Amino acid sequence: MFVVSSNMIYSLLVLSSPASGQTARSAALFAQAVLEGGHSIERVFFMDEGSYAGDAHRVQAQDEPDPMALWVSLAEQHRLDLVLCVSSAIKRGLLDQSEADRYEKSAASVHPAFVISGLGQLVDASAKSDRLITFGG
Amino acid sequence: MDSAGKKSQLIIVRHSPYGNSLARAGLDAALSAAAFDQPVQLLFLGEGVLQLLSAQDSSAIASRNIFKLIGSLPLYGIETLHVDADAMGRYAIELSELPVGARPLDRSAMRQLITEHDHVLGF
Repeated sequence: MFVVSSNMIYSLLVLSSPASGQTARSAALFAQAVLEGGHSIERVFFMDEGSYAGDAHRVQAQDEPDPMALWVSLAEQHRLDLVLCVSSAIKRGLLDQSEADRYEKSAASVHPAFVISGLGQLVDASAKSDRLITFGG
Repeated sequence: MDSAGKKSQLIIVRHSPYGNSLARAGLDAALSAAAFDQPVQLLFLGEGVLQLLSAQDSSAIASRNIFKLIGSLPLYGIETLHVDADAMGRYAIELSELPVGARPLDRSAMRQLITEHDHVLGF
Protein backbone atom coordinates (compact mmCIF):
# COMPACT_ATOMS: atom_id res chain seq x y z
CA MET A 1 0.00 0.00 0.00
CA PHE A 2 1.47 3.33 -1.09
CA VAL A 3 0.35 5.86 1.50
CA VAL A 4 0.59 9.50 0.47
CA SER A 5 0.69 11.91 3.36
CA SER A 6 1.91 15.47 3.72
CA ASN A 7 5.53 16.37 4.30
CA MET A 8 7.04 13.13 3.14
CA ILE A 9 10.82 13.03 2.90
CA TYR A 10 12.16 11.67 -0.38
CA SER A 11 15.61 10.77 -1.67
CA LEU A 12 16.51 9.86 -5.23
CA LEU A 13 19.14 7.47 -6.54
CA VAL A 14 19.98 8.27 -10.17
CA LEU A 15 21.86 5.60 -12.14
CA SER A 16 21.35 6.70 -15.76
CA SER A 17 23.34 9.19 -17.81
CA PRO A 18 21.57 12.32 -19.08
CA ALA A 19 23.20 11.59 -22.45
CA SER A 20 21.27 8.35 -22.94
CA GLY A 21 17.54 7.88 -22.69
CA GLN A 22 14.90 9.71 -20.71
CA THR A 23 15.52 8.36 -17.21
CA ALA A 24 17.85 11.05 -15.88
CA ARG A 25 15.42 13.75 -17.01
CA SER A 26 12.52 11.86 -15.44
CA ALA A 27 14.44 11.97 -12.15
CA ALA A 28 14.75 15.76 -12.33
CA LEU A 29 11.07 16.15 -13.25
CA PHE A 30 10.11 13.82 -10.40
CA ALA A 31 12.21 15.90 -7.99
CA GLN A 32 10.44 19.03 -9.19
CA ALA A 33 7.01 17.40 -8.72
CA VAL A 34 7.94 16.22 -5.22
CA LEU A 35 8.95 19.74 -4.20
CA GLU A 36 5.93 21.36 -5.84
CA GLY A 37 3.76 18.85 -3.98
CA GLY A 38 5.00 20.22 -0.67
CA HIS A 39 7.30 17.34 0.17
CA SER A 40 11.01 17.60 0.82
CA ILE A 41 14.06 15.97 -0.71
CA GLU A 42 16.80 14.88 1.65
CA ARG A 43 19.32 14.17 -1.08
CA VAL A 44 19.77 13.21 -4.72
CA PHE A 45 22.57 10.68 -5.09
CA PHE A 46 24.08 10.14 -8.54
CA MET A 47 25.94 6.90 -9.03
CA ASP A 48 27.50 4.96 -11.91
CA GLU A 49 26.45 6.55 -15.27
CA GLY A 50 24.13 8.84 -13.33
CA SER A 51 27.15 10.82 -12.15
CA TYR A 52 27.38 12.43 -15.61
CA ALA A 53 24.56 14.69 -14.39
CA GLY A 54 27.22 16.91 -12.82
CA ASP A 55 29.38 17.27 -15.94
CA ALA A 56 29.93 21.03 -16.39
CA HIS A 57 31.67 20.53 -19.74
CA ARG A 58 28.80 18.91 -21.58
CA VAL A 59 27.48 20.93 -24.52
CA GLN A 60 23.86 20.43 -25.41
CA ALA A 61 22.44 20.92 -28.89
CA GLN A 62 20.50 24.21 -29.02
CA ASP A 63 17.21 22.57 -29.93
CA GLU A 64 17.36 20.12 -27.00
CA PRO A 65 16.55 20.91 -23.36
CA ASP A 66 19.62 21.11 -21.15
CA PRO A 67 19.28 18.31 -18.58
CA MET A 68 21.52 20.12 -16.12
CA ALA A 69 19.50 23.36 -16.08
CA LEU A 70 16.63 21.79 -14.16
CA TRP A 71 18.89 20.35 -11.45
CA VAL A 72 20.71 23.66 -11.09
CA SER A 73 17.50 25.67 -10.78
CA LEU A 74 16.05 23.18 -8.26
CA ALA A 75 19.29 23.35 -6.29
CA GLU A 76 19.16 27.14 -6.23
CA GLN A 77 15.49 27.35 -5.28
CA HIS A 78 15.37 24.53 -2.74
CA ARG A 79 19.00 24.12 -1.57
CA LEU A 80 18.84 20.62 -2.99
CA ASP A 81 21.72 18.38 -1.93
CA LEU A 82 23.06 16.95 -5.21
CA VAL A 83 25.80 14.38 -4.54
CA LEU A 84 27.94 12.55 -7.07
CA CYS A 85 29.36 9.22 -5.90
CA VAL A 86 33.12 9.79 -5.73
CA SER A 87 34.22 6.43 -7.14
CA SER A 88 31.71 6.69 -10.00
CA ALA A 89 32.60 10.32 -10.73
CA ILE A 90 36.38 10.32 -10.80
CA LYS A 91 36.65 7.31 -13.10
CA ARG A 92 34.45 9.24 -15.56
CA GLY A 93 36.61 12.36 -15.41
CA LEU A 94 34.17 14.24 -13.19
CA LEU A 95 36.35 16.14 -10.72
CA ASP A 96 35.62 19.06 -8.46
CA GLN A 97 38.49 21.41 -7.66
CA SER A 98 39.78 19.42 -4.71
CA GLU A 99 39.76 16.14 -6.67
CA ALA A 100 41.42 17.87 -9.64
CA ASP A 101 44.14 19.12 -7.30
CA ARG A 102 44.51 15.74 -5.61
CA TYR A 103 44.98 13.86 -8.90
CA GLU A 104 46.95 16.69 -10.56
CA LYS A 105 44.45 17.23 -13.36
CA SER A 106 44.37 20.55 -15.19
CA ALA A 107 40.79 21.56 -14.47
CA ALA A 108 37.68 20.80 -12.46
CA SER A 109 34.80 19.43 -14.52
CA VAL A 110 31.89 19.31 -12.08
CA HIS A 111 29.27 22.04 -11.91
CA PRO A 112 29.34 23.83 -8.52
CA ALA A 113 25.68 22.90 -7.84
CA PHE A 114 26.93 19.33 -7.29
CA VAL A 115 29.25 17.95 -4.63
CA ILE A 116 31.37 14.82 -4.71
CA SER A 117 31.14 12.45 -1.76
CA GLY A 118 31.09 8.80 -0.75
CA LEU A 119 28.49 6.06 -0.64
CA GLY A 120 27.89 6.87 3.02
CA GLN A 121 25.78 9.76 1.70
CA LEU A 122 23.43 7.25 0.05
CA VAL A 123 23.22 5.21 3.25
CA ASP A 124 22.52 8.37 5.24
CA ALA A 125 19.82 9.46 2.74
CA SER A 126 18.19 6.04 3.00
CA ALA A 127 18.08 6.23 6.79
CA LYS A 128 16.54 9.71 6.78
CA SER A 129 13.96 9.30 4.01
CA ASP A 130 10.43 7.94 3.90
CA ARG A 131 10.88 7.07 0.24
CA LEU A 132 14.02 6.28 -1.74
CA ILE A 133 13.33 6.11 -5.46
CA THR A 134 15.75 4.58 -7.97
CA PHE A 135 15.94 5.98 -11.53
CA GLY A 136 17.69 3.80 -14.08
CA GLY A 137 19.67 0.65 -13.63
CA MET B 1 27.18 9.25 10.17
CA ASP B 2 24.30 11.20 11.59
CA SER B 3 21.18 9.18 10.89
CA ALA B 4 17.68 9.71 12.16
CA GLY B 5 16.88 6.01 12.32
CA LYS B 6 17.35 2.73 10.60
CA LYS B 7 15.55 1.86 7.39
CA SER B 8 15.87 -1.56 5.85
CA GLN B 9 17.15 -1.74 2.29
CA LEU B 10 16.62 -4.44 -0.30
CA ILE B 11 19.17 -4.13 -3.07
CA ILE B 12 18.15 -5.87 -6.28
CA VAL B 13 21.05 -6.91 -8.50
CA ARG B 14 19.92 -7.45 -12.10
CA HIS B 15 23.12 -7.35 -14.15
CA SER B 16 25.53 -10.12 -15.11
CA PRO B 17 28.98 -9.70 -13.55
CA TYR B 18 31.05 -8.17 -16.38
CA GLY B 19 28.68 -6.56 -18.91
CA ASN B 20 27.89 -3.38 -17.01
CA SER B 21 29.42 -1.36 -14.18
CA LEU B 22 26.06 -1.49 -12.40
CA ALA B 23 26.82 -5.10 -11.49
CA ARG B 24 29.46 -3.90 -9.07
CA ALA B 25 27.58 -0.73 -8.05
CA GLY B 26 24.79 -2.74 -6.40
CA LEU B 27 27.27 -4.74 -4.34
CA ASP B 28 29.14 -1.55 -3.36
CA ALA B 29 25.89 0.01 -2.16
CA ALA B 30 25.11 -3.11 -0.10
CA LEU B 31 28.58 -3.17 1.45
CA SER B 32 28.32 0.51 2.40
CA ALA B 33 24.93 0.04 4.02
CA ALA B 34 26.31 -2.89 6.01
CA ALA B 35 29.46 -0.96 6.94
CA PHE B 36 27.25 1.80 8.39
CA ASP B 37 25.27 -0.80 10.33
CA GLN B 38 22.06 -0.43 8.36
CA PRO B 39 19.90 -3.50 7.73
CA VAL B 40 20.42 -4.58 4.12
CA GLN B 41 19.59 -7.64 2.05
CA LEU B 42 20.49 -8.62 -1.50
CA LEU B 43 18.27 -10.18 -4.15
CA PHE B 44 19.97 -11.51 -7.30
CA LEU B 45 17.34 -11.33 -10.03
CA GLY B 46 17.40 -12.48 -13.66
CA GLU B 47 20.89 -12.45 -15.11
CA GLY B 48 22.14 -11.09 -11.78
CA VAL B 49 22.25 -14.71 -10.58
CA LEU B 50 25.35 -15.18 -12.76
CA GLN B 51 27.31 -13.03 -10.29
CA LEU B 52 27.02 -15.85 -7.77
CA LEU B 53 28.80 -18.55 -9.79
CA SER B 54 31.84 -19.49 -7.76
CA ALA B 55 33.75 -20.78 -10.79
CA GLN B 56 33.90 -17.42 -12.62
CA ASP B 57 37.36 -16.33 -13.85
CA SER B 58 37.82 -12.75 -15.05
CA SER B 59 41.60 -12.83 -15.55
CA ALA B 60 41.36 -12.93 -19.36
CA ILE B 61 39.35 -9.69 -19.54
CA ALA B 62 41.56 -7.67 -17.16
CA SER B 63 38.67 -7.15 -14.80
CA ARG B 64 38.47 -7.67 -11.05
CA ASN B 65 36.71 -10.88 -10.11
CA ILE B 66 33.28 -9.97 -8.77
CA PHE B 67 33.03 -13.22 -6.89
CA LYS B 68 35.71 -11.97 -4.49
CA LEU B 69 33.33 -9.16 -3.57
CA ILE B 70 30.48 -11.67 -3.20
CA GLY B 71 32.74 -13.75 -0.97
CA SER B 72 33.39 -10.76 1.30
CA LEU B 73 29.67 -10.15 1.99
CA PRO B 74 29.53 -12.44 5.08
CA LEU B 75 32.38 -10.43 6.64
CA TYR B 76 30.00 -7.45 6.57
CA GLY B 77 27.16 -9.44 8.08
CA ILE B 78 25.36 -10.17 4.81
CA GLU B 79 25.01 -13.92 5.25
CA THR B 80 21.88 -14.70 3.24
CA LEU B 81 21.84 -14.12 -0.52
CA HIS B 82 18.35 -14.24 -2.02
CA VAL B 83 18.34 -15.78 -5.49
CA ASP B 84 15.70 -15.79 -8.23
CA ALA B 85 14.91 -19.52 -8.52
CA ASP B 86 13.34 -19.14 -12.00
CA ALA B 87 16.56 -17.57 -13.30
CA MET B 88 18.61 -20.38 -11.78
CA GLY B 89 16.47 -22.76 -13.81
CA ARG B 90 16.88 -20.73 -17.02
CA TYR B 91 20.67 -20.71 -16.65
CA ALA B 92 20.77 -24.36 -15.44
CA ILE B 93 22.47 -23.34 -12.22
CA GLU B 94 22.52 -25.84 -9.35
CA LEU B 95 22.45 -24.66 -5.76
CA SER B 96 25.80 -26.45 -5.24
CA GLU B 97 27.44 -23.93 -7.64
CA LEU B 98 26.46 -20.99 -5.45
CA PRO B 99 27.85 -19.67 -2.14
CA VAL B 100 26.63 -21.31 1.06
CA GLY B 101 24.33 -18.39 1.94
CA ALA B 102 22.34 -18.62 -1.31
CA ARG B 103 18.62 -19.05 -0.79
CA PRO B 104 16.47 -19.65 -3.90
CA LEU B 105 13.10 -17.87 -3.88
CA ASP B 106 10.09 -18.41 -6.10
CA ARG B 107 8.07 -15.47 -7.39
CA SER B 108 5.73 -15.20 -4.44
CA ALA B 109 8.63 -15.36 -1.97
CA MET B 110 10.42 -12.59 -3.90
CA ARG B 111 7.28 -10.48 -3.82
CA GLN B 112 7.07 -11.04 -0.07
CA LEU B 113 10.74 -10.09 0.36
CA ILE B 114 10.21 -6.81 -1.52
CA THR B 115 7.22 -5.83 0.61
CA GLU B 116 9.17 -6.48 3.82
CA HIS B 117 11.68 -3.67 3.17
CA ASP B 118 11.43 0.08 3.71
CA HIS B 119 13.46 0.87 0.59
CA VAL B 120 14.06 -1.10 -2.59
CA LEU B 121 17.08 -0.08 -4.68
CA GLY B 122 17.25 -1.52 -8.19
CA PHE B 123 20.65 -1.92 -9.83
